[in-house]
Amino acid sequence: MKEKIYCLGIDIGSTTAKLVLLEDGKIIYSSYERHGADPRRKICEMMSRLDSLIGDGSVKVALSGSGGMGIAEELDVAFIQEVHATAIVVKKEAPDAKTVIELGGEDAKIIFLEHGTDARMNGTCAGGTGAFIDQMSSLLHVDNDEFDRMSLEATQIYPIASRCGVFAKSDIQSLINQGVSKENIAASVYRAVVNQTVGGLAGGTPIKAPVVFLGGPLHFCAGLRKSFADMLGLSDSEAVSPEYDSISVALGAAIYSDGENRSYSFGELLTLFKSAIDDNKKFVHSAPLFESREEYDEFVTRHKKASAEYRDINKYTGRAFLGIDCGSTTTKMVLLAEDDSILFEYYGANRGNPVDVVKTQLEKIYELSGDRITICGSASTGYGEELVKNAFHLDGGLVETMAHLKAAQFFNKDVDFIIDIGGQDIKCFKIPNGAIDSVMLNEACSSGCGSFLETFANALGLSAEEFAKRGLFAKAPAELGSRCTVFMNSAVKQAQRDGAAVEDISAGLCLSVVKNALYKVIRVNSPSDLGKCIVVQGGTFYNDSVLRCFEREIGRYVIRPAIAGLMGAFGAALYAKEERLSKSGMLGAEELVGFTHSSRSMTCKGCQNACSLTVNTFSDGKKYVSGNRCEKMTGRADSVSRGNIYEFKRQYLTSLGGGEGEKISIPLGLEMYDAAPYWDGLLKSLGFSVRFSKLSTKQTFYNGQFSVTSDTVCYPAKLMHGHVENLIADGAKTVFYPCCSYNFKEEGTANSYHCPVVAYYSEVLNSSMNSLKSVRFWFPYLDLSDSKRVLFGLKKFFDGQGYKFSTSKIQKAIADGEKKYAEYRLAVRTECEKIISDSRERGERIIVLAGRPYHVDPEINHGIDTLVTSLGCAVVSEDGIEHLGGLPEVNILNQWTYHSRLFKAANAVTENDDLELVQLVSFGCGIDAITTDELRAILEGKGKHYTQLKIDEITNLGAVKIRLRSLLSALGGNKKGGRV
Amino acid sequence: MSENVERVLFTEEMRKTHTILIPDMLPRHFKLIAAIMRNYGYKVELLQNCGAGVTENGLKYVHNDSCYPAQLVIGQFIDAIKSGKYDPRNVALMLTQTGGGCRASNYIALLRKALARAGYPYIPIISLNFSGLESNPGFKITFSLLRKLVYAVLLGDLMMRLVNQSRPYEVVKGSADELADSWTAKLADKLVNEKGYNYKKVRKEFYNIVNDFTALECVRVPKTRVGIVGEIYVKFSPLGNNHLEDFLVEENCEPVFAGLVDFAMYCVYNSIADYELYHRDKLKKIAFSMAYKYLIKKQHHIDEALTSTGVFRGFCDFDHTRSLIDGYIGIGMKMGEGWLLTAEMLELIDDGVNNIVCVQPFGCLPNHIAGRGVIHKIKQLHPEANIAAIDYDPSTSPVNQHNRIKLMLANMETGKSEEETNTSDTREPLSV
Repeated sequence: MKEKIYCLGIDIGSTTAKLVLLEDGKIIYSSYERHGADPRRKICEMMSRLDSLIGDGSVKVALSGSGGMGIAEELDVAFIQEVHATAIVVKKEAPDAKTVIELGGEDAKIIFLEHGTDARMNGTCAGGTGAFIDQMSSLLHVDNDEFDRMSLEATQIYPIASRCGVFAKSDIQSLINQGVSKENIAASVYRAVVNQTVGGLAGGTPIKAPVVFLGGPLHFCAGLRKSFADMLGLSDSEAVSPEYDSISVALGAAIYSDGENRSYSFGELLTLFKSAIDDNKKFVHSAPLFESREEYDEFVTRHKKASAEYRDINKYTGRAFLGIDCGSTTTKMVLLAEDDSILFEYYGANRGNPVDVVKTQLEKIYELSGDRITICGSASTGYGEELVKNAFHLDGGLVETMAHLKAAQFFNKDVDFIIDIGGQDIKCFKIPNGAIDSVMLNEACSSGCGSFLETFANALGLSAEEFAKRGLFAKAPAELGSRCTVFMNSAVKQAQRDGAAVEDISAGLCLSVVKNALYKVIRVNSPSDLGKCIVVQGGTFYNDSVLRCFEREIGRYVIRPAIAGLMGAFGAALYAKEERLSKSGMLGAEELVGFTHSSRSMTCKGCQNACSLTVNTFSDGKKYVSGNRCEKMTGRADSVSRGNIYEFKRQYLTSLGGGEGEKISIPLGLEMYDAAPYWDGLLKSLGFSVRFSKLSTKQTFYNGQFSVTSDTVCYPAKLMHGHVENLIADGAKTVFYPCCSYNFKEEGTANSYHCPVVAYYSEVLNSSMNSLKSVRFWFPYLDLSDSKRVLFGLKKFFDGQGYKFSTSKIQKAIADGEKKYAEYRLAVRTECEKIISDSRERGERIIVLAGRPYHVDPEINHGIDTLVTSLGCAVVSEDGIEHLGGLPEVNILNQWTYHSRLFKAANAVTENDDLELVQLVSFGCGIDAITTDELRAILEGKGKHYTQLKIDEITNLGAVKIRLRSLLSALGGNKKGGRV
Repeated sequence: MSENVERVLFTEEMRKTHTILIPDMLPRHFKLIAAIMRNYGYKVELLQNCGAGVTENGLKYVHNDSCYPAQLVIGQFIDAIKSGKYDPRNVALMLTQTGGGCRASNYIALLRKALARAGYPYIPIISLNFSGLESNPGFKITFSLLRKLVYAVLLGDLMMRLVNQSRPYEVVKGSADELADSWTAKLADKLVNEKGYNYKKVRKEFYNIVNDFTALECVRVPKTRVGIVGEIYVKFSPLGNNHLEDFLVEENCEPVFAGLVDFAMYCVYNSIADYELYHRDKLKKIAFSMAYKYLIKKQHHIDEALTSTGVFRGFCDFDHTRSLIDGYIGIGMKMGEGWLLTAEMLELIDDGVNNIVCVQPFGCLPNHIAGRGVIHKIKQLHPEANIAAIDYDPSTSPVNQHNRIKLMLANMETGKSEEETNTSDTREPLSV
């Protein structure tokens, strides 16, 4: 009898290993397992189960998957790229499929099959994949099946940033804190994944049915499949989920292996793969965290010194004070006795619903307190500050930076630097003279925080504590880089491929957390930058490996209070005590019995921000609304309407347009937020009527996201696609948006460039938007720095288009445009001056919200301007006050018009006591990587604060609020009083 | 963290005392450039340091959102200064500064800040620019030096082209590189020591080099040609692109690069375009038109030499390359690599090289437009084009990049196999 030949396909992904065995083209065995960061051992284990199946037969083998590449090279066995493997399977099994969508642990792929094979893989910066769903479900403390089941019962979808998993996570975090139901969150997470895959990957290519869904997440999650089908409008027969969907790549590899010449006996194969398990470390690594057990013991003893006093709550009689720190992932509570000793403490996960957690703990406190203890003050802090305060009628609330400062000063009066690494945030600030200064937070990116370590630990099947412990004595902590979680995942993948053990990865991740904090958030150069007396806190510092890495990296000992994770709550309790109330107004034990809490969501109709509101209703009938950017509809607004130049500009710019004659439509985005009056005047003078698109909303983004070609370009640029779609849907025949390398020339600049994206975005629109083919798209190259050059360019352009405008007519049009533009700029200046003098009269602070002209768009700034006014400050802009300053000396090549305004505005701020500058920076803005340091230098050189807010598609204003409140509290509160 | 950084000039005296460090962007070209500068009395050294220290120092002293090339170049400088190999009081650093609206024109400012932070505020930085941005009393680009620099670029381009077309086919592994190295040494020596080593002699040398490469033992089995385009540093520097060229050769491909002289012509042409589009500086246009013609002629010379033995493919005519962008992108898109990036992709496709890796630093602004921004259109009008856009960044793992390049190569294989199955019923030749 002829020897039996089997085909074996092995797919090693980032989190799982898949294996398929074929006999005569039929699957006789398959398995799908998580490899727990040790793929090499796992495959051998999985393979050993094939013994009886293969018997005396021989096996052909092929590997696939990102984890398979290295092993295939090493063992010299066949390798097939995973997308290619998928294509082989689909073409064989489902020949009429037009599109394949495959999601893996960290990869998302679309394969277009209609014309040959055109495959797209997600770029390096893109979450929204299996690992992301894992993270989200662990955030909600449910398993993946439960998560999936819940998603099917959703009633509302919330917008969640879909570009990057990290941003999405912060959005979800705030939804959780707002009390949005888990069902709705789950469905919204799926929608974000869908948007990410469809919007990010397709890049303008239509997704045609039938669509085949492949990969683990789409295999296991019915809700995700449904979300895709809904979004793409697929009928049941058009959305195909074949039975091989979770093992397709392995199956493709198995089919592929049939073409190999080499075959192995089972024994040979197993020996071969076992030889791949090796303990030689080839990955880059640093020195072990501790050389010896003694060194570790010394470290532990040293840190034990900073401990708090405790007192038995069962024996205490007297007054007590409660502090609640409702953080992003955890809730912390501390009950202090009169002498500041701790009676009760709690540290636990929110489990998606902080209100329930607090209620349970409060009940416990009341039970333990009996009649002996009177709570004489209560305060909350953290992300959920307002929610908890309203739910339980707490006496006060304070911004978390203040809470941390109070706590740290309790342990060491001389503290001059505090760094807090929590679940989602890294916060740190200096305390030069007992007051908070230079608050730094990780905005728009939560890589390397505690929840990241925890999720990683869980993915490896370990608890966070166990994971941390294993890192302490790692022989070779892996160097994993310090950027985005997505990158870290890839780096971990690579280290695993090169043989890093769980211990090395644990220690390596701790090192990454520290490096991220030091070099990315704080941007430290030397330990002396930080301060002499450093207090570290936050739950993440409970991890001794993190603490050790931190001390080693800065080369200095730090203080970690034993209650590192409770510092916010501790500080809040101290604050409650300072209030010196006779009795707390907090809900009592009896009132708690009947306490219930429900939440529903609605969309605010107060303005076109259209905030997604969550209305929390408590059993006493009291309501708490969250998700709002302003106080307009919540009834909390105070009577003074503060000056807001952003609102003024929006009104001015949206009132432009109109006129008689042939219609020209202009997307109101990017440079148009500055130059709209110019073009309005110019084009009308030539006899055109002008129509601008409306201010952006989230929907604007969705309308255009399918043709966005670069997922890392800034959000303002991405919105342009939607503006153009809206104009065309509105009947535009001619769309106008010129390409201008050179912007208007302003005083003091070496040149008058636009940034490359602003200057040439028309080119992208032109080549990526199919809908523009149905209209005339005008994007002449013009040099705005000199009206003679504009004349030359426009004349040439209109001649080419067949318009017979005389030179003098165009000349006049340019003059008209310039006049309109000058009027606008003057109006903005005048208004700013008025706002400043009005505010001075009222004694209010004035915030210069400085950025690019397009940061005025409410969808780009997410309502930060109204947030500032709701905090009691007036808002002016950089282009409204630059004339007050003049150009300071700068250390860079000052060659961009908009950026130069920033420097002048900063200079004006240094000359006025009541002006403070807050810079808005769009994520991905390459040029601001240069300007931000310069602004900081100008401001801090003159003793002013510098605050930077990074904004993106992200809609979580929590971090922004902390920054602004901290800034105001550092300034000693609003001048008019009013605690912040 | 506030800082005000004084500019330190490179003085006349420093020519004698200071060693000028230069980052090694293009290994072949820069060795020659260094040799020429030595001939003009400068003490020059090309930086060869790489590894974790470079990235670490980059991360530490440069704003993390800055472009990857800035982080690498500055990281390389600081790593070198810290290495103890040089006396920090007696070194100067040289960096190119292109000018223009890309943030790359601010690398110098970033470097100056980084040096101050790292504790070396006294180290002078020399801007190598041709647009009059920053000047130093001790460093002058004379006309004769400029001309010599052009020779170096031409010779570098020629050898790069020859190595690219020889290395994948060489019988003795490493022999193409060895030959190029020995020529580089020889040329450097001649440029420094040989009296009257003028263009006539250089031009003759083109042929000598090509003849030597023609004689190199190679087996020229057909291999897939893969074009590399993108941001100039990441495109050329192995440090920047994780040795992309080596990877492609190992994957059985022949890498194809356009030359550095193309970039020079692109820069020169932009001043001409500025006049044609906007009527900017007319005198500049006249001067740059002459420079442009000069460079075109020189490129024709190396092309003639390159194709003289019938073994090697030459350069595309730059005027033709430039005309290809019509309908894809405007000639006014001149920041960073600008329209040249689009033109290079189209040139490759025009030349039958349909497989293209478009490399860019993560978040590179001009490449949002001229790279990723036009790929969709290129694919629409050239369905045969197979383009992978790859990001480079301090933390992106090579596994990820390699996997994506492999995907592109696999796409090419499937495309090919379909054509073949139309004519014969052979099994897909899939091995990658």
